[in-house]
Amino acid sequence: MRPVAVAAFAQTTHTDHDTGLAEAELILPVIRAVREQSGLTEFGFTCSGSCDYLAGAPFSFVSALDALGAWPPIQESHVEMDAAFALYEAWVRLQHGDVDSALVYGFGKSSMGDLREIMTLQLDPYYLAPLGLDQLSYAGLQRSAVKGDFPAVARRSWESAQTNPYALKLPEPVETAPITDGAAAIVLVAGDLLQDRTNLAYITGIAHRIDPHYPGMRDLTRSASAAAAATAAGVGKGPVDVAELHVQFAHEEIVLAEALGLPAGTVVNPSGGPLAANPVMATGLIRIGEAASRVMDGTAARAVAHATSGPCLQHNLVAVLSRES
Amino acid sequence: MPSEPNHVLEFPGGYTRSTGPVIGRFLTELRAGRIVGVRTAARKVLVPPLEYDPATGEPTLTTPDQTSPEPSYDFVEVGPAGTVREWTWVEEPRKNHPLDRPFAWALIRLDGADTSLVHAVDAPVKAMRTGMRVWPRWRSDRVGSITDLECFVPEVSTIVATVRTEYTVTPGAALARYLDALTREVFLAGRCPTCESVYVPYRLSCPQCGSVIEEELEVGPAGTVTTFAINNLPDPRAPQVPFVSAYILLDGADTPIIALLSEIPSDQVTEGMRVRAVFEGGTVKWFAPEREA
Repeated sequence: MRPVAVAAFAQTTHTDHDTGLAEAELILPVIRAVREQSGLTEFGFTCSGSCDYLAGAPFSFVSALDALGAWPPIQESHVEMDAAFALYEAWVRLQHGDVDSALVYGFGKSSMGDLREIMTLQLDPYYLAPLGLDQLSYAGLQRSAVKGDFPAVARRSWESAQTNPYALKLPEPVETAPITDGAAAIVLVAGDLLQDRTNLAYITGIAHRIDPHYPGMRDLTRSASAAAAATAAGVGKGPVDVAELHVQFAHEEIVLAEALGLPAGTVVNPSGGPLAANPVMATGLIRIGEAASRVMDGTAARAVAHATSGPCLQHNLVAVLSRES
Repeated sequence: MPSEPNHVLEFPGGYTRSTGPVIGRFLTELRAGRIVGVRTAARKVLVPPLEYDPATGEPTLTTPDQTSPEPSYDFVEVGPAGTVREWTWVEEPRKNHPLDRPFAWALIRLDGADTSLVHAVDAPVKAMRTGMRVWPRWRSDRVGSITDLECFVPEVSTIVATVRTEYTVTPGAALARYLDALTREVFLAGRCPTCESVYVPYRLSCPQCGSVIEEELEVGPAGTVTTFAINNLPDPRAPQVPFVSAYILLDGADTPIIALLSEIPSDQVTEGMRVRAVFEGGTVKWFAPEREA
């Protein structure tokens, strides 16, 4: 594999309400920040993650390109998923070897609609969506299956978030990720751009796997796809100092920690995780950014990032970040 | 969404989606009031059925030969009853939910199935538990949709048996005299000529020695609490819950009467407490603590 590293990461100061900024305006500062951090103004590839249903506008991701200055035309792609999956596409694109940099960003304003019911629209239209099964309801079914100390997960996440300037200022611990508006961006570099840079977090492994969609056809107490992705990404090949997990419900951390085989000493979600700020479609990318930041600031020699998509942790992406390539 | 929407995304009339042979069969069977699954090559029954086995990705066709004219699937009727594997309670249903009152979402393993169906259960939260048996409640106007199953409901384990017959009753000669005396706010008692026990209510014979009672006398209206009970179940005769029912030995009587005790917090009632009858509407409303003169 061609070595690829995170060279820059930025996120908004997330809010629990609409601050009045349009999506492009929300993205603009984080794009500017990662350009400054990386010293790059143009990128060989650009990929974003967002969800048109959040804004209720088709092709809303296209207008978000206004934040980039996409003229003359750039090589650009988009996933209707969390931007962590856009980062995966960018990583694959960098493996081609003809470009050495990629810009990845994600954004979402959950404040505009009813997120719980918007998530119903991602369910299969035959068996689940007609029931009106909402996000809290299907998460509740998985919570019923999982055993663990969920309040402890909520409390630890809330305490960790106290030192995260980008997280929401929640008055008390929560077991359900709060409604959040926000955006994040990451710059990946490869090839010659790895030279002369000292502040890098190498992606030594990245993989994603998926489970059957229908919750009734899975064992909800475990995540086979997260475990398979972790194995493919090589999580178990070394110590894990920090893990940033896409935990939108406290019980999901119990499932993920087991699936990823995290050692007892791993610090989970030192940022507070999504239970402290959940800008949907950027939340997973922020996990990669936070894990990379822990590597870059020396807190961790080796860190794991996780992102998820679909109901009840259906689709899982795992990345390993390290100081060494 | 802090305010009323000022923008709506809607596809008028909705999308038309083809179902394919497997989902189509499932929905057709639902319309007919039956639930079917499909058997995989590994002999597992998927409910709801899919065109592929999620464990292997293999088609669920029994004749995977693509040249055969009709695809053949091994459909199996399941249920209609099943067992709740997991459930989660919805206290405030959303407008798109199947029920407009609190209900549970559940993963239901239908009898004969190897996977679980996601659906609603209409039952009190106290009745919900893993392992409970549930049966479908069908819509009468079925169209071929997962919502043809309105929801699932618990098995029948109790019935309500109504009892009602009508009578004209009279209190009897002695009790009629006693009740008549109450309208004058008097407790009428009788003394046994043999054992000298004083009975209230007034009665025609002594229940101990059988002697005919002829001597009438007035007792009360004050008396002493001999024992009492604090009642926490509502009673139409009591003013509130909890209320106190007490045995009261009226002054001059040898047998206590049972009556309501009120005008005092229930936790302050004691045995030996002095009480006095409160009359209203020609009868005893209740007893109340005797006020200091």
